[in-house]
Amino acid sequence: MKCTKCGGKAVISVLQHHLGLCKEHYLEWVPGQVARAIQKYRMFAKTDRILAAVSGGKDSLSLWDILHRLGYQVDGLYICLGIDGGVNYSNESQRLSQQFAAQHGLTLHVVDIPQVYGESIPQIASRTFRGRGAPCSVCGLAKRHEMNRLARDLGYDVLVTGHNLDDEAAVLFSNTLRWAGGFLARQGPVLEADQPGLARKAKPLCRMYERDMTAYALLRGIEYIYDECPYALGATSIYYKELLNKLESDQPGAKLNFYLSFLQAKEGGLFAPQADPDRAQMHPCPSCGQSTTAEGLCSFCRMMGGES
Amino acid sequence: MTDWQPVKIITRGKEYEVRPGMAVKHALEKINILPESVIVTRNGELITEDELLAPGDVLKLVMVISGG
Repeated sequence: MKCTKCGGKAVISVLQHHLGLCKEHYLEWVPGQVARAIQKYRMFAKTDRILAAVSGGKDSLSLWDILHRLGYQVDGLYICLGIDGGVNYSNESQRLSQQFAAQHGLTLHVVDIPQVYGESIPQIASRTFRGRGAPCSVCGLAKRHEMNRLARDLGYDVLVTGHNLDDEAAVLFSNTLRWAGGFLARQGPVLEADQPGLARKAKPLCRMYERDMTAYALLRGIEYIYDECPYALGATSIYYKELLNKLESDQPGAKLNFYLSFLQAKEGGLFAPQADPDRAQMHPCPSCGQSTTAEGLCSFCRMMGGES
Repeated sequence: MTDWQPVKIITRGKEYEVRPGMAVKHALEKINILPESVIVTRNGELITEDELLAPGDVLKLVMVISGG
């Protein structure tokens, strides 16, 4: 396969865009695509202070790399979850995040959950039995809360995450299977800070395939944590991604089309605000100030025994 | 006994062997791996699915799916 841009030897095919690209042009193409998404969905401007949530994985470190190369003011946030799982998972992902920051002269904020709250994520899951003892729902809740808290406390204009198109398509698929109106109404490249205590959030990689981000990290020489989170084994989201990849294999571009058609339909009014009644009833948590649909304390503060 | 050296394909904890002469895409089909789920490398370099495999080639597959 030849590079569509220069005719040299391609190192990657991007079938959903009918492209083959050499290393040099691929490393130009990916940031270009991300820049277009940032502009199209009005995510943020060069004058904004951006906080990138990084996990040590390929997507978030690549996102940090790309935003920095594009000239944005972007610092990192690493949340240590206290997960070992026999592979030293949290320590290794923190090391790789810190290594990336040091190599690029970037600022990384670290929040250590066991140090701040006295318990690791698996310990909180065991104590509360939330998610029937599996730590994934506790992990998601704690990460969302802490990302939001730090973005607000440190005065950032926007929080960005490394969610790629496969992540978004898998969530969309899951929500569509259940016709979860509220979640469908809320899903999108930008979540506005339109409720008390909420930071503005954006997903600049939302149109990039997971495979494309892996290729970017490899070609750019970004060292990332390759081991899967030990608790992610058998996760439904991974199953949905595999299903969607089967579809993509038969119909290149199917995943992209699924997600972009959804965004178009949403813009056209398919998901009315009434589909998300929870959002209309949000109020600030009396303990941490973040928005919640629950009466009284938010889910995170209840989980932590009253205060965050 | 075969008179050709097989192509070795290595992925997370598994190793496969296929005949040389076929394209990467067909080699992945033989071992039931979707090209969308992996990046294929040979000698540390990324290669595309139409690349023909030579006797003795060693491919390493980088899995792309993560999450939970």
